[in-house]
Amino acid sequence: MTLLEFILWSIVKVAVVTVLLLVAVAYTVLLERKLVGRIQNRWGPSRVGPFGLLQPLVDGAKSFLKEDLIPTGVYKPLYLLAPIIALSSALISIGVIPFGAPGFGPKGFDLFQVSNVNIGLLVILGVTSIGVYGVALAGWSSNNKYSLLGSLRSSAQLISYELALGLSLVGVVLLAGSFNLRAIVEQQATHGIASWNIFGGFQFLAFFIYLMAAFAETNRSPFDLPEAESELTGGYHTEYSSMKFAMFFMAEYANMINVGCVATLLFFGGWTSPFGSHFDHFQNNFLNAVLPLFWFAFKVFLFLCLYVWVRGTLPRFRYDQLMNFGWRVLLPLAILNIVGTSLWLAYR
Amino acid sequence: MYLALFFLFAAFAIAGAVNLLVQSHPINSALSLIVVMTSLAILYLLLGAEFLAAAQVIVYSGAVMVLFTFVIMLLNAGREEHTLGSRAARAIGFPAVVVILGVLASVVLRARGLTANGIQQGVTTTEELSRVLFRELLLPFEVTSVLILIAILGAVALARRGSGESEAGQ
Repeated sequence: MTLLEFILWSIVKVAVVTVLLLVAVAYTVLLERKLVGRIQNRWGPSRVGPFGLLQPLVDGAKSFLKEDLIPTGVYKPLYLLAPIIALSSALISIGVIPFGAPGFGPKGFDLFQVSNVNIGLLVILGVTSIGVYGVALAGWSSNNKYSLLGSLRSSAQLISYELALGLSLVGVVLLAGSFNLRAIVEQQATHGIASWNIFGGFQFLAFFIYLMAAFAETNRSPFDLPEAESELTGGYHTEYSSMKFAMFFMAEYANMINVGCVATLLFFGGWTSPFGSHFDHFQNNFLNAVLPLFWFAFKVFLFLCLYVWVRGTLPRFRYDQLMNFGWRVLLPLAILNIVGTSLWLAYR
Repeated sequence: MYLALFFLFAAFAIAGAVNLLVQSHPINSALSLIVVMTSLAILYLLLGAEFLAAAQVIVYSGAVMVLFTFVIMLLNAGREEHTLGSRAARAIGFPAVVVILGVLASVVLRARGLTANGIQQGVTTTEELSRVLFRELLLPFEVTSVLILIAILGAVALARRGSGESEAGQ
C-alpha cells in the first residue's frame, strides 16, 4: 500500500467515522429524551416522523437557524475558541477506538479502527484532559458570574476525578500488559463473558470507580454541577446561543459515547461476543466482520441507556459531597484496586 | 515527512513561547504555554518516545496548565501593562541571552556523530521504558518518588498551619 493510498483510505475512514459519530450523537439525544420521558411517565418527542425519529434533524435545523448572539461583554477570542476546543477534543478520541475485529479490508490496513496506536488508552486520557479547557474558557470568557462559577466547578471537578479515572484503569493495563486498546480487548477474548475484565479479571471495583469518575468527567448527572440549572441557570454555557451552544451539547454527548466505548473496550470485551469461542467462526466472511460491530454497538448502547437511567433517577450531589467522594472514597479505592491486582498477578 | 513535521511543531513551540512573553493578559500567556507544551509532546513523539509524549500531554498540558488557568480564573487576574523593562534587565538580560544561545549553538555545531535520531530508529515502547525504569534505575526512581512525597507533605503542612492560625485569629 503506497503512501497516497494510505492517506486516501485514512481520509475516507475519518470522514465515515466522524459522520457516524455525529449521527450517533444526534440520536443519543433522542434516546435520552425518549427514555427520560418514559421514566417520567410521558411520551417524549413523538410528533416529528414516526416515533419522533426525525426529531434530531429538526433540532439541528433549529440550532442552525437561531440568531447567533455574541454578548458585548465577552472576551471574544476565547469565547469563540472554547466551543471549538470542547467539540474537537470530544471528536478526536474516537480516532483510536477499535470498533470491530482486526483483519478485514486491504492488506496492512485496519478497516474498523482509524489508527491503531500503542498508547491508545493514554491518547484518550490526554485528549480528555485537553477537553477541560473548552468548559473552563467558555465560563471565564463569558464574563458572567454564573458561567464563571460553572467553569470553576467544572475545572476543580475534572482535576479531582481525572486522578481516580486514570488510577482505575491501571488494573486493566496491568492485566493486559499494554496500552494498546486492541491488545486489551484480545486479552479478554478467550472465553467470552467469563474472561471479560469485569468478571474474569476481577476488575469489578475498577469498573465502578471508572464509571463514577467518567460520569463526573462528562458533567453528567449526578455530577452535573457545572451546569446545574437550578443554581447557575446554564452554568458555563449560559451566554452561548445557536450553533455554539449546540457544539457544547454535541461535545457532551460525544463524550458520553466515548466513555461508553472505553468502558466496553476495557471492561466488557470490546467487539468480542459474550459467548466467546462456544460458537465457531462463521463461513461467511461478511457475518464475521459485521457481528463484532453489532456486539460493540450493542454494548455501547447499553452504556448510553445506563447514562439516561442514572440521569432520570439520581438527584445531584452537593459540591462538598462531590469533592469528598472523589478524594476520600474513589481515590483510595482505586489505589486499593491497583495493589490488589498487582498482588494477584504476582502470586497467582 | 518527519523533518517537515519537526519544523512545523518546532515553529509552533517557538511561536507559543514568544507569544507567552508578548501577551499582556495572563490567560493568553497560559494558553500559549499550553501550545508550547503540546508541541513539545509532538516533538517527543517524533523522537519515538511515545509514553513521554502522552505523559507530557496528560500531566503538563492537562493537569498542570488546568491548575494555572484555574488560578488565573479564580483570582480574575486582569490585563497587565507593558513596561519598557528595568535598566538592569536590559543591561544583563540581553547579553546573557546572547551568551547562552552562543554556547548552545557552539556545542551543537561541534558535536560529532550527531545524526537525525528519530522515529526511523524505532519507537521506544512503554514496555522497554518501564523495564529500564523498574529494573536498572529502580533506586533513583523510588528516591524521586520519596522526594515528591516529601514535597506533598510540605505543602500539606504549610496549608494546615495557615488554616490553624486563621482559626485562632477568629
